[in-house]
Amino acid sequence: MKSFNYHSAKDSKEASKLSSSNSAFLAGGMTTIPSMKLGLASYKDIIDIKGIKKLSGIKVSGKSVIIGATTKHVEVANSKDVKKAIPSLALLAEGIGDPQVRNRGTIGGSIANNDPSADYPSACVALDAIVHTNERKIEASKFFKGMFETALKKGELIEAIEFKVPEKSSYQKHPNPASRYAVVGVYVAKHKNGTIVAVTGAKPCVYNDKDLSKALDSNFSANSISGMKLKSSDMNSDIHASAEYRANLVVIQAKKAVEAC
Amino acid sequence: MTEITLDVNGKKIKKTVPDNTLLSTFLREHLNLTGTHVGCDTSQCGACVVHVNGESLKSCTTLAADIGNAKVTTIEGLEKNGKMHPMQEAFKKMHGLQCGFCTPGMVMSAIDLLKKNKNPSDNEIRDWLEGNICRCTGYQNIVAAVKEASSKM
Ligand SMILES: Cc1cc2nc3c(=O)[nH]c(=O)nc-3n(C[C@H](O)[C@H](O)[C@H](O)COP(=O)(O)OP(=O)(O)OC[C@H]3O[C@@H](n4cnc5c(N)ncnc54)[C@H](O)[C@@H]3O)c2cc1C
Ligand code: FES
Ligand code: FES
Repeated sequence: MKSFNYHSAKDSKEASKLSSSNSAFLAGGMTTIPSMKLGLASYKDIIDIKGIKKLSGIKVSGKSVIIGATTKHVEVANSKDVKKAIPSLALLAEGIGDPQVRNRGTIGGSIANNDPSADYPSACVALDAIVHTNERKIEASKFFKGMFETALKKGELIEAIEFKVPEKSSYQKHPNPASRYAVVGVYVAKHKNGTIVAVTGAKPCVYNDKDLSKALDSNFSANSISGMKLKSSDMNSDIHASAEYRANLVVIQAKKAVEAC
Repeated sequence: MTEITLDVNGKKIKKTVPDNTLLSTFLREHLNLTGTHVGCDTSQCGACVVHVNGESLKSCTTLAADIGNAKVTTIEGLEKNGKMHPMQEAFKKMHGLQCGFCTPGMVMSAIDLLKKNKNPSDNEIRDWLEGNICRCTGYQNIVAAVKEASSKM
């Protein structure tokens, strides 16, 4: 691993002041450290944000669940408040990687990284989340831009993610048996004003499947989407699953999610 | 360079190391605690699992500088007065190891499980050990060892 200078920031202001075109924030490090070790990334400055008190913690009000950026997966998985308000979100967190990844990895790091197979981006889209940064508020539908790409500007720090509490919801993933990342994961959330079907793992970036959402809006049942054929031409294809397999898996997982709602 | 102050297996440690020093490197190369193994570059094998303030984590994916004044326990810190920890005894008794490369991580991870769940089912043990890969045993005896330990701890 190339050398760098380690800084621990006291507050968001200091963190963004320290950041440059050659720096990275360090949260759980579960993505940043392996990529530096493999030589896929290198930085002059690593800015640890875990010491910033304000960035960690879970707040639930009637209509929303606000999770601080450095809140760990294990904390979301075990939170009584999250389990009560949005049980599917706690279950999603519990299904990430393994216990040691969950003991370190954070929600902010996960969505900033926007891995095409990561779990949390689907929760953000399905639960119509708002990403609070040190500069602005960004709707989830505008936050995830493409493969490993988000609307964040250089040095912009995620402070919290605000999820809308749905009427009902469920996340179902077909995990890669080694890493637990989603081969395909589908997050179905029924809100007062409509259903969102957020899909991860299938395309280069998380997306809301409008065909499935529309079908579920007119009739919220597994039957109404059973046998639907999705276009596979823009889906991922790799050694784990072909595009056609993924297209089919999206419908299967969506059905499971509707049944579990 | 950063000054690292840690409590490792009950001993106070103070050392100045480069900022990019991983906790696994710090333990193995600066403290000669080579019981903590490094089996991969991708944070997936779990051979490097240690306890930091009582929680299990992958020392290969943690900077030494990043854990402050923490209390670290490695596999070397488990024995008491020359007696193995019940988890170590159980791995020995149930043949939960062959080459032993994955074993330190397995043992540290399994102890963390029993702290949270005193009487885990086979499935809960397998689920928990998701992040620990063994090339030798086929896992059956590892699960049996954790069960055995849970009846003794
Ligand atoms: C073995 C293994 C298995 C895994 N399995 C899964 C899985 O099944 N599902 C899944 O979804 N993920 C999985 N992950 C990824 C895991 O969830 C990571 O924790 C996560 O992707 C990154 O979070 P982190 O806190 O570790 O971020 P870091 O590695 O610290 O940072 C990642 C990136 O985000 C940036 N960043 C971090 N915090 C902020 C912030 N607040 N504001 C702006 N930028 C920020 C960093 O600068 C960096 O570029 C796995 C990882 C490993 C190693
Ligand atoms: S050496 Fe740490 S996970 Fe493999
Ligand atoms: S005993 Fe050889 S790797 Fe597990």
